[in-house]
Amino acid sequence: MNAIYGLFSDSDSARNALSVLRTSSSELHIKTESIRVISSEPLEEEITGKEKRSLMPWIAVVGGILGGTAGYALAAFTQRTYPLPTGGMPIVALWPTGIVIYELTMMGAILATIVTFLITVGLPRYTRRIYDPEVSHGKILVALIDTDQELRAKLRQKLLEAGAEQVKEIA
Amino acid sequence: METNRAAQNMADPEAERIREDLLRPLFHTSWRFYTGVGVLVAIGLAGMAAFAYQVYSGMGVAGITRPVFWGFYITNFVFWIGISHAGTLISAILRLVNAGWRRPVTRCAEAITVFALAIGGQFPIIHLGRPWLFFWLIPYPSERHIWPNFRSPLLWDFLAISTYITGSLTFLLLPIIPDWATVRDRSTGLRKRIYTFLALGWQGTPREWHRLELAMRIMSVVIIPVAVSVHTIVSWDFAMALVPMWHSTMFGPYFVAGAIFSGIAALIIAMALLRKFLHLEQYLKPIHFDNLGKLLLLMSLLWLYFIFAERLTVWYGNETSEMATFWSIQRGKFAGLFWTMVFCNFLIPFPILAIKKLRTITGTVIASSTVVVGMWLERFLIVVPPLERKYLPYDWGSYRPTWVEITVMIGTAAGMVLLYVLFAKFVPIISIWEFKGPQSKVSVPAGSFAAPAQSGTGLQPTYQSPLPRGDVGI
Repeated sequence: MNAIYGLFSDSDSARNALSVLRTSSSELHIKTESIRVISSEPLEEEITGKEKRSLMPWIAVVGGILGGTAGYALAAFTQRTYPLPTGGMPIVALWPTGIVIYELTMMGAILATIVTFLITVGLPRYTRRIYDPEVSHGKILVALIDTDQELRAKLRQKLLEAGAEQVKEIA
Repeated sequence: METNRAAQNMADPEAERIREDLLRPLFHTSWRFYTGVGVLVAIGLAGMAAFAYQVYSGMGVAGITRPVFWGFYITNFVFWIGISHAGTLISAILRLVNAGWRRPVTRCAEAITVFALAIGGQFPIIHLGRPWLFFWLIPYPSERHIWPNFRSPLLWDFLAISTYITGSLTFLLLPIIPDWATVRDRSTGLRKRIYTFLALGWQGTPREWHRLELAMRIMSVVIIPVAVSVHTIVSWDFAMALVPMWHSTMFGPYFVAGAIFSGIAALIIAMALLRKFLHLEQYLKPIHFDNLGKLLLLMSLLWLYFIFAERLTVWYGNETSEMATFWSIQRGKFAGLFWTMVFCNFLIPFPILAIKKLRTITGTVIASSTVVVGMWLERFLIVVPPLERKYLPYDWGSYRPTWVEITVMIGTAAGMVLLYVLFAKFVPIISIWEFKGPQSKVSVPAGSFAAPAQSGTGLQPTYQSPLPRGDVGI
């Protein structure tokens, strides 16, 4: 993967750079999906573009339902396998089984949320990717990936004009 | 031109100073850290030695004997599970209501939850006669085809605490990932390799931020009912038993209120210590202690209400066996502890917290310290006196803790503090990106604030965004 990126000291100049890149996309043969923004804190959606709606909440609900079902199955199956009559209660008693179902419903929702989060953002990921440690010092990185070598000079100029403090390239 | 917080943060060297301040404890270690860790390890080892002695000699070396089979260990179990309510529950509520002042507080609080649960969860195992068989509590298919009894509150405890610690760990760790990435980028050598592994390859793309914030919102919604259920279920360990003054329908809310009460007190003490030793005076400000002090005041009143309601119901019912326990607590053997508890939980903290001039950092720490002591006494008075005075007078008895139980208790408390100290050493105790970040979600028209926000104080006035929160919703 080759890329060229600029480091911006504030979100206004990063927004400006993105605007310039988007408006000159036909001139510079830039595909919108080849633009990347990386920052050390969440940015406004008007800068970065609107993120697609996530199904994470619904997946959490499904995880909860599966967890609760597993809770009921575990409690009901095991108690019937080895019946322990206790205090005149039925073998599969509603109230205590409800507690098991409740806790495992929550456990299912929590686990589904964690797994969905990790999968949708692709973590953990230890392969090489566009990044610059300057991001941790507050800089905003605006990158273009897989660009033509001939256009690099023009892109560098555009990024600098937009306010980039530094422009770097990855071969 | 319209400006926004992000622009100010990124361009302002103040933002870099905040990062440096919050990361300083990770990169600089003083002799006080090593001394403190050494002392805590020594105390913890003493506790482990006492526990080893108990395992070797048998439960006879603990003070529990017929009819009092629950003593210090179960008292500490309930106490630490209560303390655990400081973090995740409070943090989740403050996140959901978008309280701006929560930012420097949440991670301090969430860490208390995880470590208090880890310590509290050990006590039922310490309490077992054969602790090496604790895994029998876990529902797993064994060769004997015997499963745990799902109608036992002890199994509910296992499930509730497992769920709560999973949720609390997630709640704590997810927002740490971006901060670990920050540490990664500023480290070298082995430290860099460790933080590179921990940061999981976090970059800071819009998608990562979006999903992280969404996951935290879902977790905030899920974790609140889990937290409530945990201490309710701990209360049902008692309420399900036909023991005088245990078999009560109000035990669930009574325990939850007590847990939040002791949890807030522990949080205030932890914040004061962090503020002093990590030099976080600019971040953990008097306003944070003032706000938490008000919450503590509210919980103190709620605690008094529950204590009164519980005792009035017992007294009015005038049932013989319950009255035996009642009088042993009110004016008998345990009266000294009871009235000390009332002083610690209400009579001392109430005036301190109710009078604005006294609700300073020192004042709230004094009030919190008495509350922690008072809440431990409350747990003890719930566990032990009813077991001494059960239904059959010929089976009455008494309980005195032994040095083994006291040493284990002190050792585990030291273990809790040690875990917290180590956490504060390896993780930014105030979330760096959250401290600066959420303000940047909205463009702030000039003049929107009644007063100019001070960068880095975490005290920016609450600003209601005119913009929709995107397409994200739970």
